[in-house]
Amino acid sequence: MSVKLSTRQVGDVSVVDVAGRITLGEGSSALRESLRDMVGKNQKKILLNLGDVSYIDSSGIGELVSGFTSVTNSGGQLKLLNLNKRVKDLLQITKLYTVFDVHDDEASAIRSFV
Amino acid sequence: MGDPSRPATESIERSLDSTLESVDRAEELAVALARRSGFDEEDLMKIGLAVRESMVNAVVHGNRYNEHKKVRFAASVNGNRFTVRIADQGEGFDYNNLPDPLTPENLLRTSGRGIFLIRSFMDEFQARHVEPAGTEVTLVKFAVSKQIP
Repeated sequence: MSVKLSTRQVGDVSVVDVAGRITLGEGSSALRESLRDMVGKNQKKILLNLGDVSYIDSSGIGELVSGFTSVTNSGGQLKLLNLNKRVKDLLQITKLYTVFDVHDDEASAIRSFV
Repeated sequence: MGDPSRPATESIERSLDSTLESVDRAEELAVALARRSGFDEEDLMKIGLAVRESMVNAVVHGNRYNEHKKVRFAASVNGNRFTVRIADQGEGFDYNNLPDPLTPENLLRTSGRGIFLIRSFMDEFQARHVEPAGTEVTLVKFAVSKQIP
């Protein structure tokens, strides 16, 4: 399996449930296109639920960073939810863990959007 | 390590096409060999990702997906030493002159973390130019012997 993305609305927050592998190729491209589409539609509050992400490589991390930059530059907020140990370790080792606003609980993540 | 049922030495070699499928294949082969050699899940994750990043460099940056260029993949275990060698047929690359992805000015770059992750996850990493063309990287990870009380 590559990656599966599904989007739902919780109030004015777009929650993207990501499952599978975010690696160079289908996975990273799908995430890039999804975030690009949301920025294009002027969505300002985006929560990426990575709870079911089984694998991410440096390309996948690059897409998270690219999405974060694009959303932020358009005046929006992109936050992360439910990082497993693998994703958390990679973001920590690349010093990106403190760049993103990371949450373990969806309700509190939703409330944190301003 | 130290389990008599596990092979003390084993090696595999493949000549792979310059495709993303080859990246997956090399990772699978490396992780399978490392698992048979007794590495734990944490180390298997690190080895898998390091091999993936190295293969991506070979396929994408070295050989540029050229169907006429191959990637030589070799993995071996000898005692507690697990070694992977990956060689492309590209124009060469200066692995010693890479921007640091952790500096403030580079932190939000969308690429440039692959080599850093390889060096972080493996115990040894070397790159050298190979003749007539290309770059070969060598990745080494040592298994920690388990102490039997």
